[in-house]
Amino acid sequence: MTIPRPIGEPELHAYVDGELDADDRAEVEAWLADHPQDAARVEAYRNQKRQLHALYDSVREEGIPARMTALFSRRKTPARSISWMRIAASILLLALGGLAGWGSHGIWQARQDERFAFVERALGAHIVYVREARHAVEVGADEEDHLVAWLSKRLGHPLKAPKLGDAGFELVGGRLLADGAAPAAQFMYENAAGQRVTVYLRTGRDGTDTAFRFLARNGVSAFYWADGPFAYALIGKMPRDDLIGLARLTYRDVEG
Amino acid sequence: MDERDAISAEIPSLRRYARALLSDPVAAEDLVQDCLERALSRLHLFRPDTSMRTWLFTIMHNIHANAARRRSKRPDTAPLDGATENRAGVRHGQEDAVALRDLSRALRELPSEQRAVVLLVGLEDMSYRQVAEVLDVPIGTVMSRLSRGRERLRRSMEGDDTPVLRRIK
Repeated sequence: MTIPRPIGEPELHAYVDGELDADDRAEVEAWLADHPQDAARVEAYRNQKRQLHALYDSVREEGIPARMTALFSRRKTPARSISWMRIAASILLLALGGLAGWGSHGIWQARQDERFAFVERALGAHIVYVREARHAVEVGADEEDHLVAWLSKRLGHPLKAPKLGDAGFELVGGRLLADGAAPAAQFMYENAAGQRVTVYLRTGRDGTDTAFRFLARNGVSAFYWADGPFAYALIGKMPRDDLIGLARLTYRDVEG
Repeated sequence: MDERDAISAEIPSLRRYARALLSDPVAAEDLVQDCLERALSRLHLFRPDTSMRTWLFTIMHNIHANAARRRSKRPDTAPLDGATENRAGVRHGQEDAVALRDLSRALRELPSEQRAVVLLVGLEDMSYRQVAEVLDVPIGTVMSRLSRGRERLRRSMEGDDTPVLRRIK
């Protein structure tokens, strides 16, 4: 591009956007040195670019919605899924190891009652998966029917994904987990602020229903109880008083 | 990297652009989803010697433009841009939060064709030539939309809302 003097608006933009070659750049720079108003304009345009990045770059770091990744995972080669599963399993083991050490010098109410030893595992699974961006869930909420049917089959009893929409939490999806040698289910929810909670379900309890129990460690809180064929844990990084409302919603919804 | 991987690698950029282009974050996610689905179903039309990034943005722009045309034909049944407040992920501490809010508001008030150019150049760092290709307009049109859009943003950021006059050389 040859630049006719005087330098006009198009050249200023081309300069800001790196569209000029070295000669033209030098010419614009010479012009700007003599024209402070245009220099201020260039500075304002540069600022705009910087501020656009400040406003929207964080979107790039958000988790990619499950329905988008699902478009690509369908034809994933088996070798790739297996290696991913292995990585996930080893992360989970690591986290559980860490948790065991973490819990040993606290008072774990869950440990006092063998029936609720699973709460530790539910906490571990919560901590590991809520921070996952791309692989937070195995099956997304867009395939909720499939997810629920699949988990019901694996856990051996019909279950449902509790609806927490009244509290502003929408289902992200869920996954099958190994609770010792038994299958367990985890549902994940997210609110508009990006806060996530999980509901963990497992079977194999002795049959007495219990009231809500609560434990919290490092800001992560859990309500857990037994009802019907399942034991439940609702987990979130929030104060007890916020979580109790969600626990009641969950309880009411799965009971109904 | 095969073509599917190349598409997948652009998802973060497509989402960023869509979020900035549309005020409604749900509509933005839908737009990206539609774009990905269309791209995957038309993968045979992609020419390997061209840019995947440009191709995907072109597809997304076409879907967006068609949807906007449909919306303008039945304005009562579809939500307009701006129906829900966009939650832009502001990084505190790096920029003055007030200035960023002002910019995000000013951006929403731009005509959408100017907004698209300002974002493709300023946020997605595309060359004028690439933007011309994505929007299927001449380079001169890209430059004049960019110039008008940025000048309008600058003026509303400075609290000067008088109409932009063409500079006379």
